[in-house]
Amino acid sequence: MAAAHSSGLAALSAWDEFRQGTVAVVPAAVAVVPFGLLLGALAAQKGLSPLEVGLMSGLMFAGSAQMVAVDLWREPAPWALLGLAALTINLRHLMMGASLSRRLGPFGPWQRVFGMAFLVDEVWALAERRAALGLLHPAYYAGLAALLYANWVVWTITGAILGPAIENPAAWGFDFAFTAIFLGLIVAFWRGRGTALVMAASAAAAVAANAGLGGVWHVLAGGIAGMATAFLLAMWRGKTEP
Amino acid sequence: MTLDPVNLAAIIAMVVATYATRIGGLWLLRFARLTPRMQASFDALPVAVLTALIAPSLVKGGAADLIAAALTLLAATRLPLLPVVVIGVASAVLLRHVMG
Repeated sequence: MAAAHSSGLAALSAWDEFRQGTVAVVPAAVAVVPFGLLLGALAAQKGLSPLEVGLMSGLMFAGSAQMVAVDLWREPAPWALLGLAALTINLRHLMMGASLSRRLGPFGPWQRVFGMAFLVDEVWALAERRAALGLLHPAYYAGLAALLYANWVVWTITGAILGPAIENPAAWGFDFAFTAIFLGLIVAFWRGRGTALVMAASAAAAVAANAGLGGVWHVLAGGIAGMATAFLLAMWRGKTEP
Repeated sequence: MTLDPVNLAAIIAMVVATYATRIGGLWLLRFARLTPRMQASFDALPVAVLTALIAPSLVKGGAADLIAAALTLLAATRLPLLPVVVIGVASAVLLRHVMG
């Protein structure tokens, strides 16, 4: 099925693009359920109402940033600290947005402005994969975003309502679901030995940054190290294969 | 159903910060013309970021997580994403139980 669209020959209808987007994001939507429940439950423990949790999920739509925010949350809410935390945790989206901006040719100006509000890691990675296979249609992107968004809002609110009944999904091994999704996507992006070098550089930088700086700086460090590696590789290849 | 004004202010601050990072990336390259080497760098970004997202927790997870990751990669070369995730989680749970 995935191969059928990759030729990019037959243009799919917008509805087909949307539907394929929702299908592609199902694994991520399933994996996120226990974490949505946990986030809602933790937020309820910190005194946030289900309405406030729903507003946070619905307007922010940022899993890891919300997790950190709930961790930092106290009464009264330290809004400046929370805003700053959200900014640093989401800095990686600057890189992702810059990369994806090269693929948004078919998007109108308002589709870009509205669509970028839904640029979470999984949506970004799946959109990049689609673009690498052919063309990223706005309806496909909408399909990715719509299912994951609705799913996230529903399960975080459910978690806030169920509250203390929720157990930590990491105790059950569900934390590995994200690792597995990201590993699966890495394979989809594989382009030979150069990819292995990029991975090695990124992993080394990420582990070092995580040990030295903590927080979420490892994502930026790994991204920059990987980009630098690809840059040097292109330079070297340009010299050896004119 | 309550909505505390200070909580609302905090949520709005986080929403503004989050959206700024998401729309900012589009603006970043708006006026830049990318050289082929810069293009190659950005083409490598998905793999670099995905690797960076998981590398620290994999290393902290130790041998069990690393073996589970290897099995997941193997599965990913021949199966769609959903069974890959099932195999990954199952092997992580099993290996952590056996080796931890």
